[in-house]
Amino acid sequence: MEKQLFGGVAGGESTAQPGVPNRNIKPRTLATSGSKQDSVETLDSPTGSHVEWCKQLIAATISSQISSVPADTASGDCKPPRDGTKQVQTDEVPLVPGEAIKAVAKDVMYICPFTGLVTGTLTSTNYKLYFISLERDTPFILDVNLGAISRLETISVQSHGENTRGMEIVCKDMRSPRFAYKEDASQPEIVEVLAKHTFPLSNDLPLFAFLYKEEFPVDGWKVYDPMAEYKRQGLPNESWTISKMNSNYEVCDTYPALVVIPTSIEDDDLKRVVAFRARHRIPVLSWIHPESQATIVRSSQPLVGPSDRRCKEDERYLQTIMDANAQSHKLTIFDARQSSMADNNKAKDGGYESESFYPNVELNFLEIPNIHVMRESLRKLKEVVYPSIDEAHWHSAVDQTHWLEYIRLLLTGAVRIADKLESGKTSVMVHCSDGWDRTTQLTSLAMLMLDSHYRTLRGFQVLLEKEWISFGHKFAARVGHGDENHANSERSPLFIQFIDCVWQMNRQFPAAFEFNELFLITILDHLYSCLFGTFLYDSEQERVAKEVQTKTVSLWSYINSQPEDFTNPFYVDYEHHVLYPLASVRHLELWTGYYVRWNPRMRPQMPVHQNLKELLFLRAELQRKVEELEREASSSRGSLSSSSEHTSSPSHSGGTPLHTIV
Amino acid sequence: MLSSLGSAAGKSAKPSFVSYVTPEEIKSEKEPSRKEKHPDLLPGEVVFCSASTVLKYTQDDLSQRGVFGALLCTNFRVSFVSDEAPTEEMVRTAVTLNNGQFDRSLHRYEDKKKLITGGLVKNKYPSKIIIHCKDLRVFQFSLTFAKEEDAKKIFQGIVHHCLEPKSLRCLFAFSYCENTSYPEGIGNDSTLCFSPPEVQRKKQTVMFDSVEDWTQDMKRTKGNCRVVSENSNFELSPKLPQLFIVPTNVSDEDLTKYQGKGLPMWCWSHHSGCGLFKTASIPLVQEDNVFCRMLTAVAHNHLYSVKTEDLSDTLPTVQDIQLSYNKFKQFFLIDNTTEFWMSDMKWFSSLDNCGWLDIIRQCLQKAVEVVECLEKENTNVLIMGKDQLFEEGCILFDKGWPHILCPDILFDIYIFFTLLENVCPTMTLVTEVNSPYQPVPYTLYPHTPSLTVCLSWQAESPYTQRGPLNCLTVWDWSVQFDCKAQDLFTNPLYTEKPKQDTSVRKSYRPKHLRQLSLPSSAFKTPPKKGFFKDEADNLKKILGVKRLSRWMLSPSSDSPQTSSSVREFYEAWQTKPLDYHGLLLPCLDGPSIRVWMQRYLRWIHDVQILGGGPVAVLSKISEILGEVQELQRELDRYGCTLTSNHKGARPRAKTAAVIAARSSVRLSSSFPFVTSRNWSFKPAIPTSLLQSLMVTGMAGNLANREDDGGDPESLV
Repeated sequence: MEKQLFGGVAGGESTAQPGVPNRNIKPRTLATSGSKQDSVETLDSPTGSHVEWCKQLIAATISSQISSVPADTASGDCKPPRDGTKQVQTDEVPLVPGEAIKAVAKDVMYICPFTGLVTGTLTSTNYKLYFISLERDTPFILDVNLGAISRLETISVQSHGENTRGMEIVCKDMRSPRFAYKEDASQPEIVEVLAKHTFPLSNDLPLFAFLYKEEFPVDGWKVYDPMAEYKRQGLPNESWTISKMNSNYEVCDTYPALVVIPTSIEDDDLKRVVAFRARHRIPVLSWIHPESQATIVRSSQPLVGPSDRRCKEDERYLQTIMDANAQSHKLTIFDARQSSMADNNKAKDGGYESESFYPNVELNFLEIPNIHVMRESLRKLKEVVYPSIDEAHWHSAVDQTHWLEYIRLLLTGAVRIADKLESGKTSVMVHCSDGWDRTTQLTSLAMLMLDSHYRTLRGFQVLLEKEWISFGHKFAARVGHGDENHANSERSPLFIQFIDCVWQMNRQFPAAFEFNELFLITILDHLYSCLFGTFLYDSEQERVAKEVQTKTVSLWSYINSQPEDFTNPFYVDYEHHVLYPLASVRHLELWTGYYVRWNPRMRPQMPVHQNLKELLFLRAELQRKVEELEREASSSRGSLSSSSEHTSSPSHSGGTPLHTIV
Repeated sequence: MLSSLGSAAGKSAKPSFVSYVTPEEIKSEKEPSRKEKHPDLLPGEVVFCSASTVLKYTQDDLSQRGVFGALLCTNFRVSFVSDEAPTEEMVRTAVTLNNGQFDRSLHRYEDKKKLITGGLVKNKYPSKIIIHCKDLRVFQFSLTFAKEEDAKKIFQGIVHHCLEPKSLRCLFAFSYCENTSYPEGIGNDSTLCFSPPEVQRKKQTVMFDSVEDWTQDMKRTKGNCRVVSENSNFELSPKLPQLFIVPTNVSDEDLTKYQGKGLPMWCWSHHSGCGLFKTASIPLVQEDNVFCRMLTAVAHNHLYSVKTEDLSDTLPTVQDIQLSYNKFKQFFLIDNTTEFWMSDMKWFSSLDNCGWLDIIRQCLQKAVEVVECLEKENTNVLIMGKDQLFEEGCILFDKGWPHILCPDILFDIYIFFTLLENVCPTMTLVTEVNSPYQPVPYTLYPHTPSLTVCLSWQAESPYTQRGPLNCLTVWDWSVQFDCKAQDLFTNPLYTEKPKQDTSVRKSYRPKHLRQLSLPSSAFKTPPKKGFFKDEADNLKKILGVKRLSRWMLSPSSDSPQTSSSVREFYEAWQTKPLDYHGLLLPCLDGPSIRVWMQRYLRWIHDVQILGGGPVAVLSKISEILGEVQELQRELDRYGCTLTSNHKGARPRAKTAAVIAARSSVRLSSSFPFVTSRNWSFKPAIPTSLLQSLMVTGMAGNLANREDDGGDPESLV
C-alpha cells in the first residue's frame, strides 16, 4: 500500500493520474526514469553547446560499441512502476483513440541528462514521441507530445566508420531530450516522420485535436456560456447591455460575438469609437463589482498618433463608463506598457489617452515589458533549470532571467487594479497596445483576486474561456501550434506567465483555490499538446470557422470528467474575500514543480496533499460508519444483547476499507 | 526632525553589528483596567527606569505616526505600554532583552543613525531610538515628547543594561529562578549537581543530566558504549560535559592522561551497530598517538571500520558563518516601507551574495554524507571539529530533538530550518559560540521565539521520541505560553510510529555487509583484536599525509558542490517508499534550500499575506482532524474502532479548536506572531517609481520592439 501510495504521488505531480477507471488515455506522461547514473559525464553539459553535444554523441557511440551497457542490477534503486505491479514489461506503445504509429526506430540511445544512456525503441505517432527501454529493471519511458516540440535538430557524427545521427528535440516545456542512433538505410528516417507530424500545419496535415476520438462523459464546451456568466455578474443592468453588434465578427474580428457595452451609446458614436481603437478593440466590460458597480473594462490603445488626434465619441464613451458607477467620479486607466514604449507607439499611430482630453481620467503606466522581453526571459530560465542546476548560484541565476521580476510586475499591476475597484470603488480601464496580451493577463488576474467564483475549478475554466480565449489572446501565434517556424517573433510565453502568477497566488493562499497545482500543470501541458481544441486558434471567429467545438474535444471535458484529481484538498471557500497576493520578490518563488519537473531530484519528498486526501478519506469512512451505526442502533432499539452484537460486527470489517486507499 | 539633531560621530547608515538584543516574548497587556503603566512583571523582574509620553512609531513609512505610551527598562526587557485602548495591536509589543553576557546588543541610532555600542553615552540623548532586536524586530521610539530627565534616564538605562558587558550572574535567568517556585522545583543551578530524577520526570523532556538519561538513550538506539561520569565535577576537563559516553575500548587511563583531549564521544548508534562519535579536533602533531588510539577505540565499536570527518576542513568557519549571518540578517532589519521595497528588488542576488543558504546547504550536505556512511556503509563515523562546529547539526539530523538538550555546547545558537519541498523540514543547528561548560539552565532562553517557531513546525519532522515539553528550561513552555499557544507547536499531520511496523521496516532495509572504508585491503577480513595496534603505524602514516575525511569520498567529489556520491545516495533513497520513521534526507539542490520565511519575515509588516500563508493549510488540516477525532469518539461510544495508525488517533482536538476559532481567512502569514485584528484591506503595492527604476535598462532593445512584428496596415 505504501509503495503504491508513494509511486502514485511521485508520478502524480506531473503525469496524468493513474488509476482513472476505464480510461486508458494518458494525455501526458512523464519520463519515469531509473536512477542509477551510468555515465556521469553527460550530467553537467549545458544544453545548446554544440561541442558538448558532439562529445556526448561520440561518447554514446563508443559506449554502444563496448556492447552491452552494464546492466544495472541494483533493483532497490529503481522506481516502482507508476501503475503498480500490474504493468507488463512490453514495449507496446499506448495509444489514445485516433492516434496511429507512424515510424519506429530500434536501438536508439536516449542521452538522459539525469540517469545516463539508455537504449531502446523510439516510436513516432501522429501525436507523440515515445521512447521505451526495457534494459533496466523497470521500463524506462520518455514521452513527449509532438505539440510540445519547438524544433528538431539533427547532427551527424562520423565515428569508427559509422555514421551516427544525433537528434535534439527542443521542447516548449523546458526540456530538450537528445537521442543518438545509427544511420540505417533500411529504416525509414524517423526524423522526417517526426518533423512531418510535429509541424502538421507546415505539412498540410490537420492538428491532432481533429483526429482525437476520445469520448468523455462531460462536455467541456458547455463550461462557458457568455450569457450565463454575464447574468451571474448581474448583467445586463440599467447602465450596461449585452450587445450583439459583433455577432458576425464584423465590428471586431478578434472580439467575441457577445460584448458588454454601455447602454446609452449611439450606434454612430460607437462606429467612431471602433475606428479610434487599435484593431477595433473598443472598451468593453470584463467584470462588474457586485456592490459598488465599479467595472473592469478592457480595450486596445487609442489611435492617437503623433498629432495627438482626438475622438470626441471615445472621450464621451469613457465618460459614460465612468458615469455607470455612481460611487466614483473618476476613471482610472491602467496602461500596461512601459511609458516610454507607449510614447513610441504614438509615433506609430497608437498612443494613450491624454488626461487633458479625457476629463476625470487618471492614467497609470504599469511598466510591463513586451512579449519579446518575456520570451527572452523564459529562454534564459530554461538555460538555468535544464538540464542541470548550478546550486551555488541558483538564486542569482534565477534573478538574472528576470522571470520573477516580471511575475512581480504583473501581480503588482493586478493588485493595483483590484485595489482601485475594491477600496477606491472606481472603475478601471486596462489596455496595452492591442489589448490581447498584457491586458488579458491583468484583467484575468484582477478578476481572480476580486471574485471567488473564478477560484473554483469551474470558475477558473470560465475565466480562461472568457478573458483569454473569447477575447482573442492569440494562442496560435503565441504558442505556434503545429508550425515549424520556431524563430517566429510572435511566439511568447504570456499564458505561461499568467498561469505562473496564478500558481504564485495559489502558494500564497493555499486554501483559497479549489484547483490544485496538477490542474495548472495540466492546462499548460495541453496548451502545447494539441490534443484538445481549447487553446487552438487566435480568435472566436476562427474557432467558429474551423468548427472547433464540433470537431475537437475540450480540455475541460477531460478535466471535469475526473475533477477529484484536480481538486485542492485544502480548499476553504473564502467567499467574498478579496485576495491580495503579496507582490514582493520575497514571497515569489520559482515554480519548480513546472519548470524543473524533468529533474528527478526535484520530485516532492513528502506528499502532504496525499496525506490530507487520506485524512479526508478517513473522515468520509468514519462518517459512513457512524451513520451506519446510528441507523442500526435506531433500528434495533430496545434489546441490549442485539446492540452489542451490532457493535462488534462493524468493527470486524472496520479496518478493511482503509487499506484500499491508494 | 529627521535631519537636525545629527551627531557628528555618525558612521555609515549600515554599521556592522556587534550583536543584538535578545528579545524573549511577546507580552500582551490586555486588561483594560490597568492604569499604572507597568507590564506584567515576571517574578524577579525589576523596573530600572521608565519614561512616559514616548512615541512609538508604526512601521508605516515616513508618516511619523505612532502611539504614545510609556517606555520601561527592566532587568529583563525593554517594554512599551501604550496609553491608548489596549485593544490596539501596538500594546502587545514589549521588547524584551536579556542583558547577559553575550548581549551587549541593543542598537540605537540617533537621527543620523548613529550606532550605539555602549559606553559612549554621557548626557546626551537622541530624539529617536531605533532598536534592532536579535529576533529581527525593529522598533522606533521618539523621545521628543518625553520629559528631558526621563528621556535621558531611559536612554542611558537602556544603553547601560543592554549594551554594557555584564557578568553572567546578571542574566535575568538567575533572578528569575530565585524568585519563582514551580511545583517541579524549577531551576536553580541544579544541573551542576546531579539532581535526582523527580516524580514527574518521565513526562518531561530528557535533559541528559543524569546517567540514567544517557543510558536510556543509548539503550534506545541499541548502542553499546560506556557512560563516563568521572567528569561530574569537571575534574577531567572543564571543557567537557559532566557526563558523556565513549567507546568501550577507551580505558580509564585514556580518559585521564590527556585531560580528556581528543576523546571520541558517542552521539548516536545506527541500528546496524555502527555509531556516530564526535571529538574536538585533535592536535595531530604532538599527540598522534592519542588519535590513533581513539580511532581504534571507535573502530572497535562496530566491525572495525571508521571514517573521520574533519569539519574544520570541509565546512565554513565560525567567522564565515558569523559574517554571512550578519549580512543575511540585514535583509530583515527593515526600518520602513521604502527600504523594504528597495531591498526587494535585489532580493535574490543579495541572498546568493551573503552565502547564508549555501552554508545551510553545506551543513546539510555534510550531515547527509555522515548519514550515508552510517546507513549505507555501516561505518562508524568520528566527527572532528575544532569548535565542535556544526556537530550539533549533524547530530540533530540523526537524532531528533532530544539531543539538542545535551547540555554541553549549545550556547548561542542560530536555528534554521529548511523547508524541503514545502514539507520535509530539516532543522539545522549551527553553534555559534561554544562555551562547553556553561552550566546555565536557561541555555536556550534567549532564543525562545525562534525556537517556538522551530517547534511549531518541527513536529512535521517525524522524529519519534519527542517528549511533552515541560521541563524547567525553555522546554517548559508553560512558563511562557498558555496551552492554546502550545497547541500550535504540534503538527497535525504528524504520523505516529506504527507499533508493528518495525519488522516490516527491517525487511526491506538491505542488511548488506558493510564495505570497508579504510584503504588497506587487509582490512577486508574482520581482524582480530589488536590488529589495529599492529597497523597503527601504517595508519598513522596515511593519516599524516591525508586527512581521513578524504578517504571515503569518491574521486569525483572534489568539487565543492554536491558530491556525486551524496547525489546517488539521495536518489537511491528517493526511489524507495517514504518511511516517515525511517531515514529522511533533505534535498540539497538549489531550489530546495529556501529562506525560512516564517522566522525571518514574521515581523515585517509589509510582507504579511493577509488571509494566506501556511497557517491556512494548517487550520484546514486541524479542522478535518478535529472532525475525524469527533467521529472517532462517536465510534468509540458504539464500542468499535477503526484501527488505523493515522494521525487522527492522537488527541489533538485542541489544536483544531484553537485555529478553527479564527478562520484562516482572518489570519495572516505571520500568524501567530502577528495577529491582525484591525484588518486592513489595503494591499501592499510597491511604489511605481521603483518599478520603473527596475525595469529600465534591463530589457535591452527587445523592449523597444513592437509587439507584433508590426503590421501597420491593421492599425486603422
